[in-house]
Amino acid sequence: MQEFIQDIARELALVPPGWGGNLLRGLLTTLQIAFGAYALALVIGIGGMLGKVYGGPVTRLVLEVYTTAIRAVPELIVLLLLYYAGTDFLNFILAKFGHDPVDINALLAGILVIGIVQGAFCTEVFRGAIRSIPVGQVEAAQSFGMPFWQRFRRIILPIMTPRALPGLSNLWLITTKDTALLAVIGFSELALTTKQAAGATKSYFLFYMVAAVLYLCVTLISNVVLKRIERHYRRGQKQLA
Amino acid sequence: MDWSWIPQYAPKLLEGLWLTLQLTFLSIFFGMMLAIPIGLVQVTGPKWAARLALAFCTLIRGTPLLIQLWLLYFGLGSLFPSIPVIRETWLWPILREAFPFALLAFTISVAGYSGEVMRGAFQNVSKGELEAAQSFGMRPIKVLSRIWVPRAIQSVLPTLVGEFIMTLKATPLAATITVFEVYGVSNSIRQNTFLVYEPLLLVAGIYLVLVLILVAVFRYIENKMPQRALH
Amino acid sequence: MKIRNIIKTVAVAGGLLAATQAVAEVRWGVASEPYPPFASKGADGEWIGWEIEIGNALCAAMNEECSWVEVSWDGIIPALQSKKFDAIVASMSITEDRMKVISFSNKYYQTPAVVVAPKSSDIKASPEGVAGKVVGVQISTTHASYADKHFSGSVDSIKPYQSADERNQDLVSGRIDAMIGDSLAISKFLAGESGQCCEIKGEVTDLAVYGPGIGVGLRKEDTELRDKINTAIEKIRADGTYEAISENYFDFDIFGE
Repeated sequence: MQEFIQDIARELALVPPGWGGNLLRGLLTTLQIAFGAYALALVIGIGGMLGKVYGGPVTRLVLEVYTTAIRAVPELIVLLLLYYAGTDFLNFILAKFGHDPVDINALLAGILVIGIVQGAFCTEVFRGAIRSIPVGQVEAAQSFGMPFWQRFRRIILPIMTPRALPGLSNLWLITTKDTALLAVIGFSELALTTKQAAGATKSYFLFYMVAAVLYLCVTLISNVVLKRIERHYRRGQKQLA
Repeated sequence: MDWSWIPQYAPKLLEGLWLTLQLTFLSIFFGMMLAIPIGLVQVTGPKWAARLALAFCTLIRGTPLLIQLWLLYFGLGSLFPSIPVIRETWLWPILREAFPFALLAFTISVAGYSGEVMRGAFQNVSKGELEAAQSFGMRPIKVLSRIWVPRAIQSVLPTLVGEFIMTLKATPLAATITVFEVYGVSNSIRQNTFLVYEPLLLVAGIYLVLVLILVAVFRYIENKMPQRALH
Repeated sequence: MKIRNIIKTVAVAGGLLAATQAVAEVRWGVASEPYPPFASKGADGEWIGWEIEIGNALCAAMNEECSWVEVSWDGIIPALQSKKFDAIVASMSITEDRMKVISFSNKYYQTPAVVVAPKSSDIKASPEGVAGKVVGVQISTTHASYADKHFSGSVDSIKPYQSADERNQDLVSGRIDAMIGDSLAISKFLAGESGQCCEIKGEVTDLAVYGPGIGVGLRKEDTELRDKINTAIEKIRADGTYEAISENYFDFDIFGE
């Protein structure tokens, strides 16, 4: 038993030859990709929502195709398509301008692909939230002569946010877990790092358990933070049962 | 675009598609069988069971499905050599295959996510209906099977359908543990033909069609149900 | 408002600039799945192995700066074509099928393919010898093609794994009855602790499937780079660098004839 624990401690050590340091580096990459992708998704989500609600027929069609395709096709396949198509597209454009191909660093590529995928879900969350805003408030703002962006900033966004929060919290948790799919493409985040560590040490069970625990920690901490944020935005409103 | 490879690989694709459907529907079936008690016990109690169910749901929803798959297949698999006697048992033919592990992982996933949905659903069924049933003299089991469960499922059908579609979309991950479903087949097509986009686009199209069919079927079922409000 | 716009534009431009780098050096592509002793990730996050050292040596011989890019093995050729890196240095066999889409340098090592099974089993390296058994291979490899071509008629099933070590692990666990792979990498596995269960049952050859050896994969249009690499390979063979590196890993010359 003593030796068993010593073996585990040795394999998980933070400095080589222990793999603990590597795993934590993978976790850091995961978090970086998750934050970046989530921020991108929020931007795409708001833009997509505005396009779907206020845009013309062409905008709405394009956005409809975007959200339906991404919500109907498995994320892994979308990630692969975006990864290859995105690179080819970028190189194509650059070649047209006579530039040499540039290499998008892996972190940014991961952020882009996951952000684009989550952006579709985010659009739907915001769209659902905006429809629940009492029309009277918007009309009142209009009758005051507020221009669109002022209306958006002062009335729509503050009312919409608490209603969108449950969906947005869910989306954050999904984003952090989706980063694991990047392992199949070969990005060095936590899942791939765990795979490499497990393969090198043959302690598959140990490392996958550790990875699960690390992801769980991220989820639990996120839950606490998200609850705080939700409470802040719901202050003054009637408490749900 | 080069689609000339389709006739040659069509039989393999159909086999893979069948595996995808099996994995999806079996895991939804078994997962829901687990989800209903998991959701119910959190509303009725006893306290220890409710806490256990909550821990289960938190665990499953807090870790990526890919890690769960790898943990079950490779993690448990790496423990086999230390238990040599396992090869003699009746379990061995099941443990050798990858499909049971994929099915287990997906079933647990459905149970975890749907269990949480069912908890909310059971809580939201109007107390009035349950009390009315009790005052008719119905035993608790009858109340459960005639009123509580059906009303709960009815109220969250759209959310459950969403979860089922997520399960269908998660099946490609099984290819990483050697289950040769339709995405796995497309991978072997990519490796043999060196085409990058066409196989992926075909599989994306197949999933698109499957999801649209699933949504249409569930919409039909929803329309068949009585529409009276819960409260 | 105007100042904000300026700041935003500068931030975006700066971000893009920081994120992309114009390509000035040669980038080697390696598979992210570990493949000891040729290429695997050490606990400190750096890539180590015979192939890594050879790749660095080739760079030195070409007087170029090199960096390593890791991609998943089954997407490594598309990644090369998308210009994510310039050459594949990942133990890739030179085969006619692959030569339809990419070109190769001259070979830099050769490795026969072997069938491996538990010591107690009576499997042989032939279609009859594996009849009714479950055979494991790594996806997108020449071994997978060989199994498809020669064994698919007689075996119970062929199981495709994402990485070689997962395939090895399942052989040890008993989920597969046999596996096909590179004899060099497999010898290291058999010499290790977990490989004690099993042994090499025999060699398999098929020139059409396996080709003349392992080469550096390149885009078809990069003929200049290919010539440079070929010269570099000859150079490190001639001046003893190849031998010096190989000594640490293998006790015979893996170049082949």
